Amino acid sequence: MKLKTLALAAAIAVAGTCTVLTSAPAFAQAKEQFFPVLVYRTGAYAPNGVPFANGYVDYLKYVNAKGGINGVKVTWEECETGYATDKGVECYERLKGKNATVFQPLSTGITFAITEKAPGDKIPIITAGYGRSESTDGMVFKWNFPLTGTYWDAADVLIQHIAKLEGGFDKLKGKKIALVYHDSPYGKEPIALLQERSKLNGFDLSLLPVAHPGIEQKATWLQIRQNRPDYVLLWGWGVMNSTAIKEAVATGYPRDKMYGVWWAGAEPDVKDVGDGAKGYHALALQHGAEPNSKIVQDVLKEVHDKGQGTGPREEVGQVLYMRGLMSAMLSIEGVKRAQERFGKGKWMSSEQARWGYENLALDQKKLDALGFTGVMRPISTSCADHRGAVWARIHTWNGSKWEFTSDWYEADQTIIKPMIKSAADKYATEKKIPRRTFEDCQSDTQKG
Amino acid sequence: MLYRENGQFKTNYASDQQIFPIAQDRVVIVALLAFAFVAVPFLASEYLFRAVLIPFLILSLAALGLNILVGYCGQISLGTGGFMAVGAYAAYNVLVRIDGVPLVVAILLGGVCATVVGVLFGIPSLRIKGLYLAVATLAAQFFCDWAFLRVRWFTNNSSSGSVNVGELNFFGWVIDTPAEKYLFCLGFVALFALLAKNLVRSHIGREWMAMRDMDVAASVIGIRPVYAKLTAFAVSSFFVGVAGALWGFVHLGAWEPAAFNIDRSFQLLFMVIIGGLGSIMGSFFGAAFIVVVPIVLDNAPILFGIPIDTATASHLTFMIFGALIVFFLIVEPHGLARLWSIGKEKLRLWPFPH
Amino acid sequence: MGFFLETLIGGLMTGMLYSLVALGFVLIFKASGVFNFAQGAMVLFAALAMARFSEWIPKLLHLDSKFLGDLLAFAVALLLMVVVAWLVERLVLGKLVNQEGVTLLMATLGISYFMDGFGQTLFGSDIYKIDIGLPKDPMFLFESVFQGGVLVSKEDLYAAAIAAALVIALAVFFQYTPTGRALRAVADDHQAAQSIGIPLSRVWVIVWSVAGFVALVAGVIWGSKLGVQFSLAVLALKALPVVILGGLTSVPGAIVGGLVVGTGEKLSEVFIGPMIGGGIEIWFGYVVVLLVLLVRPQGLFGEKIIDRV
Repeated sequence: MKLKTLALAAAIAVAGTCTVLTSAPAFAQAKEQFFPVLVYRTGAYAPNGVPFANGYVDYLKYVNAKGGINGVKVTWEECETGYATDKGVECYERLKGKNATVFQPLSTGITFAITEKAPGDKIPIITAGYGRSESTDGMVFKWNFPLTGTYWDAADVLIQHIAKLEGGFDKLKGKKIALVYHDSPYGKEPIALLQERSKLNGFDLSLLPVAHPGIEQKATWLQIRQNRPDYVLLWGWGVMNSTAIKEAVATGYPRDKMYGVWWAGAEPDVKDVGDGAKGYHALALQHGAEPNSKIVQDVLKEVHDKGQGTGPREEVGQVLYMRGLMSAMLSIEGVKRAQERFGKGKWMSSEQARWGYENLALDQKKLDALGFTGVMRPISTSCADHRGAVWARIHTWNGSKWEFTSDWYEADQTIIKPMIKSAADKYATEKKIPRRTFEDCQSDTQKG
Repeated sequence: MLYRENGQFKTNYASDQQIFPIAQDRVVIVALLAFAFVAVPFLASEYLFRAVLIPFLILSLAALGLNILVGYCGQISLGTGGFMAVGAYAAYNVLVRIDGVPLVVAILLGGVCATVVGVLFGIPSLRIKGLYLAVATLAAQFFCDWAFLRVRWFTNNSSSGSVNVGELNFFGWVIDTPAEKYLFCLGFVALFALLAKNLVRSHIGREWMAMRDMDVAASVIGIRPVYAKLTAFAVSSFFVGVAGALWGFVHLGAWEPAAFNIDRSFQLLFMVIIGGLGSIMGSFFGAAFIVVVPIVLDNAPILFGIPIDTATASHLTFMIFGALIVFFLIVEPHGLARLWSIGKEKLRLWPFPH
Repeated sequence: MGFFLETLIGGLMTGMLYSLVALGFVLIFKASGVFNFAQGAMVLFAALAMARFSEWIPKLLHLDSKFLGDLLAFAVALLLMVVVAWLVERLVLGKLVNQEGVTLLMATLGISYFMDGFGQTLFGSDIYKIDIGLPKDPMFLFESVFQGGVLVSKEDLYAAAIAAALVIALAVFFQYTPTGRALRAVADDHQAAQSIGIPLSRVWVIVWSVAGFVALVAGVIWGSKLGVQFSLAVLALKALPVVILGGLTSVPGAIVGGLVVGTGEKLSEVFIGPMIGGGIEIWFGYVVVLLVLLVRPQGLFGEKIIDRV
């Protein structure tokens, strides 16, 4: 081959490596609060990731339209992770240098990896409704915030609901409950709690793992048909959810005996199953599909009507969109709370924001003012409790939309609390980090 | 004509058989190593360490291992991700269950466990060849995926199946800054690359290459196929296992089996083929290509100020990546290492055409 | 006993569906010696094309009949796959004639990356519906003999029938038509075929088009079962053991391989799985294939590998 061609190729290679070298992150302006947005708009989980991302970004745009966080403008940058851990780590490394305020990985795998790095980089992580259940314990996990609930809470609420349907916890004895779960740390999280509950309440728990990505479930559902469990709990994500419902249709298992976790109860999971999914229940992480809520009307007015909408208008108000909205709201409110202590209208560092997330106090009045009436219940965090709220409801798909079919449940902490403590202690001994002291909680962790 | 290679006569076998017989090559290698060990820790940014250099080093170690198996011995293996997982989990278990084991020993023991598993899954290669062997090694990949999710003993009975590693302690020196992690990996890679180069130059390497070229003829002249193929699997799995342990411990810190899934195996096979089969240098080129190109493609729109949304950017990355692979295979089927040697050949004559 | 029959039938039908995907592999390998790792991406691309065209065409042409709309969508998707086949031959295969198998394998992996990205760019990354009228509810046979009856999925039954019909059509095509004979000649020996006047590049376009057609049928059937989304490409990994078990060059082998792998997977998952925690079907198929290959290194029906020294 010609020398000229080789020289050209070498020049392109050098130029390419230079772009990598110079892609060292630049610092954001001091007056702007930067939020990295880790999303997956491609790949196997895109149908569920896209509405969440659109909700998250729409809320950030809405905040800016309303004047920012007490005048501080909000900036953000999306980074595509494709649900892959190493891409998530690369996004984290690239965006943290831009004075990132908080990270929301939206993937249990990425959460585990970033949990190792965040304390060293002093950036908080919010894992609203996912992540490690033991990270509720803020005395060990200083930088993790599983706001609004974890998977142990989810499993507990489901058992409470089933007990209510059966007529009491004592009626659970001898019943059969099957857990169809995604074979990954995400899917395995509830097992510990369900096994504790099974010992306590006497029901028969069978565990049916489904390998990623979850399109092969025929054998699983044939087993379910054989064992005839009274209830099936679905802990899937992405295509596994709709496949599970389709297989339930194909094997004749009644959908109204199926209960999905809050990541298995959204429109992409039931849309293409159509009528077959009628009667399928799922947990609602405080919110469900809320097209009539005030915040949705506000976002439509301030963002979509001005042509700034991130996604299609029809998506606004759907379950996962609301989750994105809620997660973004929690990110912003933490910064606002931090401003109350460290200087209203000033830019907050990630450490100051962490204090804000640890001292969240969103009561009903504040939620009403934000437009989240009926969408969320009050949430307040503390040093020892980084979760803040343990309320959930059940909603059911009626063939065209999600409707609430239960009252509010509060997860029972008598079983969960000791589990959290022992798991957090185990983590602390493994990593050789000491438990935080109360002095550390009160301390002035303020960096300018 | 940049430099003259002739006039360097050797007076003893040792100097004749050294890896870099030409003085200029030796100078370049020493300079490169000096730059890598001394200058880079001060010059590179944290992002460059964490997102580019450390993955590059660890994956090039794994690619070295795979190149030994695929490039030098001709056995196509798609189970590399599984062997990396074995190395990582074995090293984790050694560290967690036995007190006082030094980090390096744990990592090497992880490699040893990967060797055992590699030899086990390499036994079919005595009977199965070519594409059939590639698919048979997928059995190793999927079995390892499943085993680390199901068997709780491997993950120290963690409820979620995910494991994390405590602080890295190299004989008292705590490795926590990116530069230190980089140097730790660089040490491993430099040593193992030397080991690999010497192995392939020795009689074992020649046996491997004979098996690759014509295995029946090789066994006719006395090379035992069992010995050659299984040692190839053993050495390759050792390298890959150590790389897996480094990936989990140094790069990720906390991982789940999905970090070593089939995409990782394909990625490593890409590296080896793009870089050049049967070439130590090729493994490094391939690793650099596969690690750097997606990052460049992901960041290029932002750098050039063209606002594309992340989904389209990601799709474009896939498309350009695929197209580049096909392009390189058409232009130079023997990989980047061959392009490099052609370049050096041309430079010998430059500015003369022939 | 009833449950065993149920699992067996379910496995057999899943196996037929796997062989649909496996057929594409076999066809391309048979005629051009290339192991097409891009088959999964082709199934996804074809399914996406069908799903989106069946949405867009009725809107564009203001059609009322769903049947006509679907038929047109199928035709347009088929045309698209032919264009893809032609492009692949021109841009990739034609330039890589005579290269080693590994290089061609890598080239097809590159093509699969490209098609993944291109398909999602053209058609989007959401879940799309394909509805060709396959019934979704189950059928219960022998309810008098076994308690609860033996469950047979109607959708799977139709799909298996379509797969069988396709295989028979392809077998007839290869055996009895001139084009089929030309394809077999090319598979046997490229140079000899060229020397008697068979145009190599045209044959390859035909082969890849037929493989594209098979991918389209597989994509439509699997798409109507699972919904058209990214994970369809992962099906190729499930079809690989089928291809290898049956032998890379045998069309009936793809069917037999499919049946064996399908039943093996389901039976093992249902009966052995619970004893060791479940989730074993992902590797069981591969392990079965590994064991068979140890006994017959060329697969069940493949050509015997003869090494000449």
